[in-house]
Formats: sequence, C-alpha cells, structure tokens
Amino acid sequence: MNPQEIAALLTEKFGSQILESKLDAMNPWSAVEPSAILAICQFIHSDERLKMDHLELLGGVDYKDRIEVVYVVYSMKFRHRYTLKCRLTRETPKVQTVESVWAVANWHEREAFDMFGIVFDGHSDLRRILCPDDWEGYPLRKDYKFPKTYRDMPV
Amino acid sequence: MEVDYSGDVMTLNMGPQHPSTHGVLRLELKTDGEIVADAIPHIGYLHRCFEKLAENIDYPGIIPFTDRMDYCAAMNMELGYVLAVEKLMGIQINNRVRCIRIIMAELNRIASHLIAAGTYGNDIGSFTPFLWCFRDRETILDLFEETCGARLLYNYNWIGGLMYDVKPGFEKKVIDFIDYFEPQVGNLNKLLSDNYIFVKRTAAVGILSPEVAINYGVTGPNLRGSGVKFDVRKDEPYLGYEEFDFDVPVGKGDYGPVGSCWDRYIVRIREVKESCKIIRQAVAKLTPGDVHESIPKRVKPPVGEVYMRTEAPRGELGYYIVSEGGVKPHRLKVKSPCFTVMSAFREVSRGSMIADVIAILGSFDIVLGEIDR
Repeated sequence: MNPQEIAALLTEKFGSQILESKLDAMNPWSAVEPSAILAICQFIHSDERLKMDHLELLGGVDYKDRIEVVYVVYSMKFRHRYTLKCRLTRETPKVQTVESVWAVANWHEREAFDMFGIVFDGHSDLRRILCPDDWEGYPLRKDYKFPKTYRDMPV
Repeated sequence: MEVDYSGDVMTLNMGPQHPSTHGVLRLELKTDGEIVADAIPHIGYLHRCFEKLAENIDYPGIIPFTDRMDYCAAMNMELGYVLAVEKLMGIQINNRVRCIRIIMAELNRIASHLIAAGTYGNDIGSFTPFLWCFRDRETILDLFEETCGARLLYNYNWIGGLMYDVKPGFEKKVIDFIDYFEPQVGNLNKLLSDNYIFVKRTAAVGILSPEVAINYGVTGPNLRGSGVKFDVRKDEPYLGYEEFDFDVPVGKGDYGPVGSCWDRYIVRIREVKESCKIIRQAVAKLTPGDVHESIPKRVKPPVGEVYMRTEAPRGELGYYIVSEGGVKPHRLKVKSPCFTVMSAFREVSRGSMIADVIAILGSFDIVLGEIDR
C-alpha cells in the first residue's frame, strides 16, 4: 500500500482521532490522539491489509512547546512503511505503552523514558536503561542542565 | 522444554568485565543449578549520549562520532549517516563515489564478519580460527589505511562525497585480496563451521523463531539466521544495490532446528562470499570522476525529517534526523541493530545452560559501543 492508502484507511477507521496527516513529506506521517495510540497500533499490526509487524523506530523528539513520540512502523510482508506521531505536553508527557503489540517497544520505551521522561502507561518494567538508575533529569530534553558532579565525582 | 524452576535460585553476575560479553555488558543470571531461569541484560556502561552530542555539533562534525558507535564497522556507520543527510538535502552523488562507497562498505562488512566468526570460535573454545580471521582482516585494514590514513575509525565518507579518492592501484589490490580471500572461506569452514565440537555446541542452542525475531525487531544476519529472507540492500536498495548480482543467504537448519546459533553464524560466513561478489562487480563498474564534486560548501538541510536505513553488518541501521533548518540537527535518533537484538536476549536464553548463554551471546555478534551509543 502507498502512504495515501494507509492514511485513508486510518482516517476511515479512526476518524477524528487522526489529528493531522502530511503525505508529501519524505516520511509520510500522521499525528494521532495519544489516547488512541494503542488501538491504532493494534489495528495496523493485525489488519490483513497493513500487517505492520516490524517496529523500526520509537523515540522522542523535544520541541519547544511539546514532546513528540515517533513510531516508524514497517511491514515485512508488504514492504510498506508509515510514521505515527503522538504529541504530548512537556509538563506531563504520558502515553499508553505499545509493548503488547511489538515486544521490542519494551526497550525503546525505556530509552524514551530515560532520555525524555515520557511515561508509558502500563509498561511492565519502566526503568532507566542507559543512564544510571539514580541519574537526575532527562538528558535529551532541550532545557537539560548538564550536571557538574555525579555522586560527588566531577563529570 | 518445560523446566520446573522451583529449586533454589541463585543470582550470578556475568560481566561487566567478562571476556565473552564482547564489551562492557552485565548479564544478571538467575540460575537454578546450571539452568538459566532468567537472564537480564544491563546495558549503558559505554553510554556517552551520542544523540545529545549530535545536537550540539554541525552535520559534518557528527561523522567521526558515528564511527565510534560500531567501531568494528565504522565505514557502514558513517555511510548510513551521510546517506540520510544527502537524502534530506537532495544531493546526488556520481558513479565513482557510489562504487567506492560500496567497495568500502563491503570490505568493512567482511572485516566485521571476520571478527564475529573469529571471536565466536574463541568463545566456544577454538583459538586458531581467531588468528586466521584477524590475519585476513589485517589486509583489509591495510587497504583502508592506505586510502584514508586510519585503520579503525575512518571519517572517510563525507556528505556528498569522500575524503580522498583511492590511490592508484587500489583496484588491483582489492581484487588480489578477494582472489586470495575467497578460498580462505573454505578453509575456515573446514576448520570451524563443520567442526564436530563447534556444531555440537551451537546447532541446537538458542533457537530464535522467525515470529519472535520479527516481534523483537531483530534484523540483519540474526534475522536471516531464523530463515527470513530480508536484506535492506535487496528489499529497499540504496546506492544502486539493485544493479548488483548477489544472493541473500538464510539459515536453513543444516545441523538442527532453524534459527539456532549455528545458523546465525553460518549466515555471516556465507554473506562474506556474497560481499566478495559485490566488490568484484563494483570494481568493474568504477569509472573516473571527481569524488569532491558534490560536496556542499555549507551543510544546511531544509526543514524536514528523514528516516534512512542501511544494511550494516549487524543489521538494519537507521538514522532519524529532524532538521529545523539550522547547521545542527534538531534531533538525531539512531536505530541500533544490536540494541534491538539484545532486547530479545532474555527470551532466547531462558531455560538454557550457563555455558550456552555464552554461545547465544556470541552468535548475536553485538558491539556495545552501538548498543549504548
């Protein structure tokens, strides 16, 4: 399927929960309602026409007014790709986990939590993954202040 | 296999300083006797937040940092990055740059797979293949050194071109190496791949089924070892790989179930032969040209975002770049193939023996610099 057909299918199924679509971009994407992300992911994973069984990338992006979670999904069977985005507030970024859809999301979400402080609701093991457990702050946020010391050691 | 784990469970730390973890990785093993009830990987010991660094450097300045992610295959790391930036900026490269990039990427793939095979043999307990592999790898590193001055971290692929053109006589040296090297693969097979002890240690161990592999986002030789014929060079070609004639080897389960450690290992050995085929064709396609022709004076991509993936030796390497129109990226996210395969480790190693954990880990061929970034 081409991106236009995927976007049309998503709009037909989820209607107003698809907030915005940009299909002429290099990576065609749709911004979706954060509360619907799990249902949408379950649909694109299991639907016979889409079969997006491979989560290529899950990561956060910090903009000045919001934090976005980007999901790049791909179908090994049909060889098509699509990008989904969830726009969250910078104060309380919170979205449902998609761990139950793609097992690899477990680690990707832990990384997004570690780097951006995005809370994935229902995640089975939401701990820091790359930084030490007692690290303070979320390094990839744009307003992150570099610490001078870690456990009294200069960094 | 159903195992009753009701006995006393002991926690055993394997690593972070363990010779067969291939870097600084800690595995927290919950063992019941010699059976591993659970294996929890702890990563991050090499974390230097490359993605944050990248937000503070201009685009060409990031290339040396990409080298340092997967230091066994630095050419492939920087290739993925420069292709992503070129796609974002719409830069077209000429045929000479393209062919040299392919030759370098495939040579580095051979070097990387030689490390994988050699150290894997070493993990299992045979030392000679390790020396043979490193001996042949030296020749490749010599070729790189002659071209760009560095043996491990090259900074050779530049946005829109290459650092230097290859030296006169480079083509002949490459072909001489391939002529010498191709029969060596057969020797390695005799010594290691079909070795009775090696087969017994690997062929029925660490089964990764295709469904689990896809669910865990496993890519590259590890996925092909499970019998899934998927290679980015074939299925989503970049650099004109579609013009080249090569096969995609998959695990067939010659010595046991499909998706075993042996299958993952042998896919790499077979891939090395395919890389030799590609290099021969790329050398034949090499035409004169200026490798600095399309290098932009100033790298300032337009506002937008791009996801570009390439087939690195360890799997699908993706770069996701968000540009706000400045000289530095707003966000650079790396999809690391070793990171995803490591997340499947717990699933694969559960219920195996402690000694098999080492066999499984070695068959995944991880590089911690890329997992931790």
